[in-house]
Amino acid sequence: MSALLSLRNIWVEYGDKIVLEKVDLDIEAGSFVSIIGPSGAGKSSLLRVVLGQEVPTRGTILLDGEPLTPECGPDRGVVFQRYSVFPHLSALRNTIFGLECAKAPLTARLFGGARRAAAAEAEEMLRAVGLGDALHLYPAQMSGGMQQRLAIAQALIKRPRILLLDEPFGALDPGIRADMHALITRLWRDYALTIIMVTHDIREAFTLGTRVLTLDKRRHDPHAPHRFGATAVYDLPLRRTEPAAGEDVADDASPQDDEEAIGNG
Amino acid sequence: MRWVNRHPRQGNRILLGALPILLLLLLYLVLAAQRHAENPMDKILPLPGSMRDAMAALLFQADQLTGQFVFWADTVASLQRLGIGLGIATLTALVAGLVLGVLPPARATFGPLVTAIAVIPPIALLPILFIALGLGETAKVALIVIGIAPVMMRDIAAHVSDLPREQIVKAQTLGASSWQIMIRVALPQAMPRLLHAMRLALGPAWVFLISAEAIASDVGLGYRIFLVRRYLSMDVIIPYVAWIAILAILMDGALTLASRRAFPWAHGAGR
Ligand SMILES: Nc1ncnc2c1ncn2[C@@H]1O[C@H](COP(=O)(O)OP(=O)(O)O)[C@@H](O)[C@H]1O
Ligand SMILES: [Mg+2]
Repeated sequence: MSALLSLRNIWVEYGDKIVLEKVDLDIEAGSFVSIIGPSGAGKSSLLRVVLGQEVPTRGTILLDGEPLTPECGPDRGVVFQRYSVFPHLSALRNTIFGLECAKAPLTARLFGGARRAAAAEAEEMLRAVGLGDALHLYPAQMSGGMQQRLAIAQALIKRPRILLLDEPFGALDPGIRADMHALITRLWRDYALTIIMVTHDIREAFTLGTRVLTLDKRRHDPHAPHRFGATAVYDLPLRRTEPAAGEDVADDASPQDDEEAIGNG
Repeated sequence: MRWVNRHPRQGNRILLGALPILLLLLLYLVLAAQRHAENPMDKILPLPGSMRDAMAALLFQADQLTGQFVFWADTVASLQRLGIGLGIATLTALVAGLVLGVLPPARATFGPLVTAIAVIPPIALLPILFIALGLGETAKVALIVIGIAPVMMRDIAAHVSDLPREQIVKAQTLGASSWQIMIRVALPQAMPRLLHAMRLALGPAWVFLISAEAIASDVGLGYRIFLVRRYLSMDVIIPYVAWIAILAILMDGALTLASRRAFPWAHGAGR
């Protein structure tokens, strides 16, 4: 199987500070890549470059063998730790938004039958992430875990080639984080996703990933620490132990059990 | 208990808020009564009775020259100028604020110009407006617009460009174009801020309106105040000022209510 995403000799520099140097990566379709590393190592920078939010100083990125356009697009979905959803839209409208943008370039709104079809698709996606009962809630009425579920649904409705997650569960309570792990595992399998996830939780990296990358500096210059960048120092392929049937079936049918929707008034 | 922890209850709060106002009214009545005891012809602190008489003439008797009820004609003329000025300023601020806030090239090109215009004291431009636009309605409305639009524009632009970067990136990964980001992401989130900016602009808008009316006009609340000042008619000036205050409070309340109704998500959730 050839690589879905290839990074060739990627360098990221801010001024004379070298953040990433000589990153070479091939990511297979269907893999779940966890990226760990010390704070400030450049994990988010790497994700931003893959996302197209920033252009690498040097190097090329190929998606399906084609060079990436240096701009974000619907082929790469993203979920950030925070601020990934639109506060002025209900869960359903947050999810429909992606469909509206594609089908109504001028108004970015759908009407009549097209709207009903989009709403049905969005509703199905929200059910898949366990938000079937929260269609009409605004993000401010949702818990942190529900907001991240929404952000995932919003991204998945565009059927991205790659899903990029930047510490998506970093701000959540441990119990809720476990629910989210079960959810993302199920979605990864059901939708045959390719996922790159940055995390600072090493256990999370190893339980979820099929491959764990560690970003760090290979060399240190004590007099000019900014002159050397980080690169992938460890690259561990894992054989993911498939959970026994039933182990995570009852995972997240109703997130409201342990995460109450806050404020209904 | 510390004072920072004492929160008056709803009913008490209204009572507490009314107290200073009532005390001030009482103080005024006492002072006015004192002055009238010394000099029954005093005009500086008129008693409620003389204010009522003076206002009754303006409220209920048509003016001999124009055939209009002066108080109502003044009110309509002023509100019309204020409304048009505020409307134009708000619309300009919204459109320009969105463009400046969302598109970095527009911000780089026009940001300094807007800043430069915003630092000019608008009253200094009044003579230019009168020369260029004549003494009619246009110049008065223009003064209000020039006086409040730049500040509102900068506020909206700053608010929009401060939207989390994550949101703008997310919208792009959902396939949104610059235009779609502007109308579906930035515009709705700018609206509550716009209503807030309107509330803050109301004060300056009244200042510019009354200045313009004081200098060149033949009808309007500001014009009337400055006209009767020549006769020391405090019995007209005080009720007019109170009326302006009431109008301003009503507008402020209406804008707050509109924002709560139309944008519940911006006021701590709720549907
Ligand atoms: N826009 C920027 N300008 C300058 N330096 C930056 C910028 N973005 C990130 N950096 C620097 O790059 C380094 C890596 O940042 P980041 O990728 O966010 O690290 P991580 O996500 O691994 O914690 C940090 O030292 C940070 O200060
Ligand atoms: Mg980071």
